[in-house]
Amino acid sequence: MMLSKGLKRKREEEEEEGKEALAVDTWWLDPGHPAVAQAPPAVASSSLFDLSVLKLHHSLRQSEPDLRHLVLVVNTLRRIQASMAPTAALPPVPSPPTAPSIADNLLASSDAALSASMASLLEDLSHIEGLSQAPQPLVDEGPPGHPIGGAPPSLGALDLLGPATGCLLDDGLEGLFEDTDTSMYDSELWAPASEGHKSSPEDGPGKEEAPELDEAELDYLMDVLVGTQALERPPGPGR
Amino acid sequence: MLVCQGPGIGSVTHKSTWALGARTKKWLLADVISTVEFSHSGDLLATGDKGGRVVIFQREQENKSRPHSRGEYNVYSTFQSHEPEFDYLKSLEIEEKINKIRWLPQQGAARFLLSTNDKTIKLWKISERDKRAEGYNLKDEDGRLRDPLRITALRVPILKPMDLMVEASPRRIFANAHTYHINSISVNSDHETYLSADDLRINLWHLEITDRSFNIVDIKPANMEELTEVITAAEFHPHQCNVLVYSSSKGTIRLCDMRSSALCDRHSKFFEEPEDPSSRSFFSEIISSVSDVKFSHSGRYMMTRDYLSVKVWDLNMESRPVETHQVHEYLRSKLCSLYENDCIFDKFECCWNGSDRNGTSDTPGKVWKEPYLQLPLRKKIPRSSNRIAAEKVTRGLKCASNSLQLDTYVLLKPS
Repeated sequence: MMLSKGLKRKREEEEEEGKEALAVDTWWLDPGHPAVAQAPPAVASSSLFDLSVLKLHHSLRQSEPDLRHLVLVVNTLRRIQASMAPTAALPPVPSPPTAPSIADNLLASSDAALSASMASLLEDLSHIEGLSQAPQPLVDEGPPGHPIGGAPPSLGALDLLGPATGCLLDDGLEGLFEDTDTSMYDSELWAPASEGHKSSPEDGPGKEEAPELDEAELDYLMDVLVGTQALERPPGPGR
Repeated sequence: MLVCQGPGIGSVTHKSTWALGARTKKWLLADVISTVEFSHSGDLLATGDKGGRVVIFQREQENKSRPHSRGEYNVYSTFQSHEPEFDYLKSLEIEEKINKIRWLPQQGAARFLLSTNDKTIKLWKISERDKRAEGYNLKDEDGRLRDPLRITALRVPILKPMDLMVEASPRRIFANAHTYHINSISVNSDHETYLSADDLRINLWHLEITDRSFNIVDIKPANMEELTEVITAAEFHPHQCNVLVYSSSKGTIRLCDMRSSALCDRHSKFFEEPEDPSSRSFFSEIISSVSDVKFSHSGRYMMTRDYLSVKVWDLNMESRPVETHQVHEYLRSKLCSLYENDCIFDKFECCWNGSDRNGTSDTPGKVWKEPYLQLPLRKKIPRSSNRIAAEKVTRGLKCASNSLQLDTYVLLKPS
């Protein structure tokens, strides 16, 4: 039922709402296309995979992602990916691709890298929680078993979005930090954490080395970092 | 066709899409309605729109000369509930769109409702004024202060009737308690507390206290990488003030008892229907996501809405719903297209009618007697013109809706 075979849609720019204006009506009006429900194919086509990655990308690039939309797309993408995993490195392409698609690139790398990159993209969400969480006045019997693990300091996880999977972010990882206000790095509070941005992935010890660095402060600083980036991007599709 | 007369809105026909803006006094496209809620008695209908406005309609009184007029609603009050805000720390604009409105039970002449956008809940008092005082000592009839030296005699102000004026005033503002977008509010049966739910947390408020709230549900994982599920709706039980339910994006409903622990992360009941293997697809999870959950008035049952169906659950049975009604089954074969254009992520509401009598019988497949109303709510602004149309719903209910964005379904089931 999925998509008409032999048709490879041009990838639209994320900024355009045109992504949603894809000619969807033709899918089910196509006479060659069965209109009744049928058992879905066990393996998704690469187009569906492409589409899902596009949606994920689009969702993440919102200044404030719709969490429900995001988790649904991620879960769907994982299902698609799981069904495609056994089918070798490249999906069967009906027509010769004009340019390497995201699917080809991603499937060329390992599944583990894809999972990790998607996971680390999700990790960005933890940076959305900034100061606005701090003033939340909780009653004293706050969740004892719940660590306040808002923002893991391991920005290094984003390094997994390296050249192999860098296509998930158009600008590449470098674009994230291009115009960062470096005055923040001069603060001694930043010292242990900042070095890990572009070098080796940072793990727990990074946090322990700066015991005075409050997690809330780290959240705040990360927020400004991500916020800086958000400022320079064109505004997302209208709200 | 709904003809609105009253402050802020000119008459609207099914062809006309223009309304007099309440704020700008200019003709502008009427905002998309984002939420609708009847008061408990049904005499008032509140609508919230994307522009942060609340418009309240009142049912017309019975009139012998116009026997069919009862059942029509006229504009009663219009006010600006929320304004767009800007979060400077995150460089984010906070939409003024009203996500939910809930009426408080009436306890006097004035009416109260809660309205919420993504981040802030407000308690509004709507009161009528049909008298005014005349004969003040210190000011003239036009309000100018009188010169105290010229006052030679005192008089007692008297009350005189005036044209009915409906005033809305904000009484409480409950802010800064939600990191994520508020999707639900629900007033408790104790009439003192209410809950507000966002994607990951549910908070409990006291209506009198605005500077703090209690977190009662928190499903945020320690590591956001592990996030796979969000809260989609929540509601208090209509009679048991310690019981609440919340639904998830995975199609599950959890019932929690606040007596068991302060943080209700462990549910008391877990409602989930096993997936039908024959209809499994890549989109199974998306279409199973519950968009609304409502208790019946009796409190014995609850209704849930997912993308294609409405399910009625008996609180005593967690394994499966007692009834499932396919609302638009014809869409099942088009899920891929709907996924492409994001329509598959649309959310729908549902509600019970006034008298949810138990209509089931022992015969499997026998359905409820009750008609219920559903409103799919699209989030996007339509590119073509809006249309405000009202359809008369059976049993005297009437609802204003934007016919491009909202469809009103009335399902009457045979008994």
